[in-house]
Amino acid sequence: MKVALIGLGSVGRGVAEMIDKKHLGFTITGIADSKSGMIDAAGIDIGKVLAAKKATGRCGTTDIRADDVIARADYDTLIEVSPTNALTGEPASGYIRTALSRKKHVVTSNKGPVALQYQELRSLAAKNGVSLRYEATVAGAIPIMHTLEHGLAGNEILALYGVLNGTCNFILTRMADEGLTYDQALMEAREMGYAEADPTYDVQGIDAAIKLVILVNTIWGKKITLADIDRTGIDLLTAEALRLAEEEGSTIRLIAEASPKKNLFRVSPRIIEKTHPLVVEGTLNALTLETDMAKQITLIGRGAGSIETASAIIGDLLFIRDRYVQRA
Amino acid sequence: MKLEMKDSPGQLVAALKPISDAGGNIIAVIHQRDPGPDSDTLNVQIVLELPDDRRESLINGLKAQGVRIQRIGEERLLYTRTVIMIGHLMHTDLSDTVGQIDSTGFAEVSALSMCMPAINERSSSRITIKALSKTDMESALAILRRVSKQKSLLLIEPMEECT
Repeated sequence: MKVALIGLGSVGRGVAEMIDKKHLGFTITGIADSKSGMIDAAGIDIGKVLAAKKATGRCGTTDIRADDVIARADYDTLIEVSPTNALTGEPASGYIRTALSRKKHVVTSNKGPVALQYQELRSLAAKNGVSLRYEATVAGAIPIMHTLEHGLAGNEILALYGVLNGTCNFILTRMADEGLTYDQALMEAREMGYAEADPTYDVQGIDAAIKLVILVNTIWGKKITLADIDRTGIDLLTAEALRLAEEEGSTIRLIAEASPKKNLFRVSPRIIEKTHPLVVEGTLNALTLETDMAKQITLIGRGAGSIETASAIIGDLLFIRDRYVQRA
Repeated sequence: MKLEMKDSPGQLVAALKPISDAGGNIIAVIHQRDPGPDSDTLNVQIVLELPDDRRESLINGLKAQGVRIQRIGEERLLYTRTVIMIGHLMHTDLSDTVGQIDSTGFAEVSALSMCMPAINERSSSRITIKALSKTDMESALAILRRVSKQKSLLLIEPMEECT
């Protein structure tokens, strides 16, 4: 299967490396980062491109841009892993539209387009008879979409609860374990590379809420947006609050929760018993699904990381290859 | 509430209809087969939920069925949940906050632990609430949500029990 790769940040590099290393039968025919690009119908030498990227900061030549690769290159599936824009989804949304209109499948890790333009992009994919897959947008390596689509096929999903932001979970774990204040734990998260210089997006629950939007719209076919999520962050938590929870055998975690029957879509810090399956350590993510037949199912795993996220993308690519491309 | 009766034939079955007629919800039936040395020991207990105003009609219903009630014990508030509140709790009138729950008649604050690290700093408190039923607990939490919003307090709610 021929693929075009847009974005060579941590996720893009991970995907390129795994495609190269694992010999999965994928040929990269187009590649682009924010400044440059390359098109080669015969297949691009991934090792060379990654070395050039490391040395010069560019993967190709500046006369070829992402738009050119998406519109002109010969590929079956577009891998769209450019940086997320949570407000507009662009330029990723535009990339995805172009590819779908060309009847190309799309695999993305980009939360912006999926949270903001899901209905539109899904209909566009359906109209063109191609697939839009986005396993990597929610909970990193955890195969939540595959689980919902296949493993739990036929189940009615009644509610879901999740720890969907590793940065918050790390901060709360450190506050609980070491009695740190919020500011101390945040500083530690920054030093470890888990938190951005401006942590707002993570600590105010925006990232977790966007992932919840994606899950809700996927599972229940709703059309909710970020504004529909009742959202409280962790930035006002005190060390004393953690201690008070601790005294009762509980702790505090940022929980994303959706229950359409109660019309409840919420991200908020919650008191939770330490033995609860959603109480995971450090930057881990976890998701509990409540279903009519399987009852509770909890998935735990890494929510971020280059190779971890590549795992979700490779899974989507192989799904598309097996279902659509190989047959054709 | 807890209903205790003698274990004579037919007593338990006879008790069920009046309970359901009064809108009661049976939580447990404890049947002691071995009465022990004291022959007067009560040996059937029914634990049930019942709205306050139905008590009389239940007792009358049981009497009409010929059920001999030995004792009625009341554990008024059955549901317990713990929340944590963070903010300027004293400056925003903590006793008013507690009073808004206590004045409902269906829920009350049964315990409160507080940490006040320094003057002018936000304090944290753990508040245990008891309520008559799950629905009443939901209403009590809704009151706390509203009060927290008004007073700019951060309310941390517990996870629901698994269904």
